[in-house]
Amino acid sequence: MNRLTRSLGTMAVTLGLGVATATAAEPVKIGMVTTLSTGGGYLGEEVRDGFRLAMQQEGGDTLGGVPVELIVEDDGRNPGQGRQIAQRMMQSEGVQIMTGSIFSNVAMAVIPQVVREGVVFISPNAGPSQLAGAQCHENYFNAAWQNNDLHSAMGKYLEDEGYDNVYLLAPNYPAGRDALTGFKRYYEGNIVGETYTQLGQSDFAAEISSVREADPDAVFFFLPGGDGVNFVRQFDDAELTDRFPLFGAAFSFDNTLVQAVGDAARGAFNTSQWSADLDNEANRQFVAAYEEEYGSKPTLYAHQGYDTARLIGSALRAVDGDLSDMEAFREALRAADFDSTRGDFRFNTNQHPIQDIYVREVVEGDDGKLTNRLVAKVIEDHEDAFVGECHL
Amino acid sequence: MLFFIEQLLNGFQLGVTLLLMASGLTLIFGIMHLINLAHGSLFMIGAFVGATVMAYTGSFLLALAGGVAASGLVGMALEYTVLRRLYYREHLDQVLATFGMILFFNELVQIVWGRRPLGVDTPSWLSFTVEILPGVAYPAHRLAVIAVGLLVIVGLFFLIMRTRVGMWIRAGASIREMIGALGVNINLLYTLVFGLGACLAGLAGVMASPLMSVQAGMGENILILTFVVIVIGGIGSLRGAVVGAVLVGVADTLGRVYFPALFRLWADPATADAAGASLASMTIYLVMAVVLAVRPQGLFRAHA
Amino acid sequence: MPETNKRATFLTLGVLAFLAILPPVALALDRPYMVTLANRMLVYALAAVALDLVMGYGRMVSFGHAAFLGLGAYTVGILHHHDVMMTPFLFGWAGSNEALLAWPLAMLVAAGYALLVGAISLRTGGVYFIMITLAFAQMVFFFFVSLIAYGGRDGLVMFSRNSVAGTDILGSRVVLYYVCLGCLVAVLAFLVMVVRSRFGRIIEGCRQNEQRMRALGYKPFVYKLTAFVLSGALAGLAGALLANHSEFVSPDFLSWESSGLLMVMVLLGGLSTLVGPIYGALTLFALEEVLVAYTPHWQLVLGPVLILAVLFFKGGLYGWMTGKRTG
Repeated sequence: MNRLTRSLGTMAVTLGLGVATATAAEPVKIGMVTTLSTGGGYLGEEVRDGFRLAMQQEGGDTLGGVPVELIVEDDGRNPGQGRQIAQRMMQSEGVQIMTGSIFSNVAMAVIPQVVREGVVFISPNAGPSQLAGAQCHENYFNAAWQNNDLHSAMGKYLEDEGYDNVYLLAPNYPAGRDALTGFKRYYEGNIVGETYTQLGQSDFAAEISSVREADPDAVFFFLPGGDGVNFVRQFDDAELTDRFPLFGAAFSFDNTLVQAVGDAARGAFNTSQWSADLDNEANRQFVAAYEEEYGSKPTLYAHQGYDTARLIGSALRAVDGDLSDMEAFREALRAADFDSTRGDFRFNTNQHPIQDIYVREVVEGDDGKLTNRLVAKVIEDHEDAFVGECHL
Repeated sequence: MLFFIEQLLNGFQLGVTLLLMASGLTLIFGIMHLINLAHGSLFMIGAFVGATVMAYTGSFLLALAGGVAASGLVGMALEYTVLRRLYYREHLDQVLATFGMILFFNELVQIVWGRRPLGVDTPSWLSFTVEILPGVAYPAHRLAVIAVGLLVIVGLFFLIMRTRVGMWIRAGASIREMIGALGVNINLLYTLVFGLGACLAGLAGVMASPLMSVQAGMGENILILTFVVIVIGGIGSLRGAVVGAVLVGVADTLGRVYFPALFRLWADPATADAAGASLASMTIYLVMAVVLAVRPQGLFRAHA
Repeated sequence: MPETNKRATFLTLGVLAFLAILPPVALALDRPYMVTLANRMLVYALAAVALDLVMGYGRMVSFGHAAFLGLGAYTVGILHHHDVMMTPFLFGWAGSNEALLAWPLAMLVAAGYALLVGAISLRTGGVYFIMITLAFAQMVFFFFVSLIAYGGRDGLVMFSRNSVAGTDILGSRVVLYYVCLGCLVAVLAFLVMVVRSRFGRIIEGCRQNEQRMRALGYKPFVYKLTAFVLSGALAGLAGALLANHSEFVSPDFLSWESSGLLMVMVLLGGLSTLVGPIYGALTLFALEEVLVAYTPHWQLVLGPVLILAVLFFKGGLYGWMTGKRTG
């Protein structure tokens, strides 16, 4: 073969990539940049499953009666990768609504860039403090919570219950730092130790030794996903669970994690804006539908994904799927005109939730598996601490 | 003081895992002159297969056998199909080909086992603590890792230094033709040595699996640390690997504990912990740079 | 070999012409993402060409070139950060967002680090050189991970691209693309001159027989170090461009995978050809884009391709297309 032909061929193939894929532009495209791999992968999967459930309940590919196309990609918990995917979704697919962010480090790299380009982003999980305060934006909504919220509630709970010496543990990334700041919002006792781990860390031998050394009344930890599984297991292996009771936000004791660690988690208290046994009509049908669809109890991540989809659906219905006037769409989102599975839900001026926060306990369910049971309401109509810094 | 001893043990335990990796890698380099980046993949394969066997049978011993066998077989297959063609090629080629293997295996395990890490339970008969010193209860599983690792290394020394096979291996490393002339099948010998190294990597993988999440890419972190170990020790030297592994394991663990404490004297906890952890990781490389600046061939000569 | 030379010229001009017409074609086809993707490719091609100088011509197998790329990127990112935040950086200086200042500084910082790394690692050779360069790159990686003020592990988001002489022309995707292409062409031309010069022949001489060069009165160490520093500086320039392209800098830029991929680009394209790495980068990015459309597990294909390339495809794409066996 002629070598010139070959090289021309190589170039032609490369150029041809540009025209290879053509797409129809009819349904509203929703880009979901989420975390499906790494130890935090199940968070993204459950958010996605919850989101899809809402679509399926409308018959498949619609939300609020408007045809939608959901594009899901894995950010690998990597901020740079998240940015690239978001860029591709905007430039290559023309996506105007995005969601999916699980981890705050990815959120901080993706969301400010995306909202600047005029895309509306509705976070189903990550709620970094900066985006609730000084860097809030009219195109950014959070349908779950601000990062500090659930931790603040646990701080209040431990304060109310009279634990005087607490050891704190969280990964060193935006949400981890938010978590410990949040905990201290209402907690006024002694903090006998404060350790930041690496996100994705698997061996906690050194940290566990430090806890033993500090001899606290209680350990408050925030280790989402696989980190938490490993920590609780190793903590239990060291036979410390009985000596130093573990407390955390719901992320430390979601159903998936609790079943992975088993008995070590039994009896642990955790705070959440939602629980599977929360008694309202929307939640009852959601829990039943989720169990039927996926064969397992929903976690709070699934509920967040589901509520996010329902929220988007309510706004799409209000504007009849027409995104040419984004302000109208945003206005419809702000109204939050849907039945949340958590009961009362509305947006604050910084477009973050105002909602009740409960404390739950890990108990054995009817099926013999460990699950979370609602104990009490800790804070009613909780507002995050950063709304005052937001210019909106 | 008790706290320090406990952390020292934690460091030893990491060191032993590194040692299992390093002894295989250094053996392969010392004898076949092959730089094998895919050694971390063999570690990962051992961990994944071990975790799977564990999940199905509930037996940690079967998991060990399965993981070690899987790594050994994959290792020998790689040697037979690809790596033996690279023994006389430049290191650049070896690096790139084995880099390709890393990419391949990381994707493969994601396809087979999914993108989420597997959790491995500590075997129930090791789920207790031993009071090694008054007031210091240490998990038995971690002690077992240290013990098994040390046993294996002693066995390896015995094999290399005291047996006929070991003599062939040592001879093959220096004068390839001569060992051929003695009627030993050198190709087979190399495949077996490679398989041995792979088995050690697999063993490290299974034993470490209850302590880390079993996931794609888990081999690379440990691989880079292993490189540091064998470069500090002297590439090709088993004795060097022992010294290097203990040094790196202990330095890394103590650094992770004490650097943040040091930084907390003048920085807030989040900053101090991140800076301390990273400095601890940096220290290992600084030690390596210093060792190499003084002794460019590492602390020990090969085949010592 | 005039025939081969003609082909080589054609291949060089061909790939550059292709890159030159890509933006208008992509925009005409309403595929703006193609420009973004090709721009990333250009930046990595620049770093790969720089790596080819040391790896191909001097046989210094650097497994840590991403560190220089990352240092360049972080220089731009950090200066930008202080400029935007209006916080003092060094000695009361509040950083800068000016490309004409930040980019040369990025090259200088990368060159300085290359001088340090080269001075230590060039005392050894072979597998030790590979591992020391890797270790030094890991060290920088952990250094930036530890800098919480600049985002730590999560990286540093930039709020805009650099200004050029006070104007924000780089705000346009297409302008940035052509600036990157211009840099690539300039660097390529410069390095072609370098390898053809007496300096280049001495470097090649050192590769073939260092003893003989020493006997002829040359100091191989000095020449090799100079080439290493030059290569580091050019990788630093690539880093500055990468920071502008991504508007984001991250420790991932200097991860060891990133170093490995730079080596892959050089090898796939053709070792010691300078133009080859551009083809290598182009192929790698195109391969990813095509395969990703079919499977997220595209590296399952890339891995074996790489192994086969090492075993049977010694001259790389460039060697294959010119019929010239190099390396």
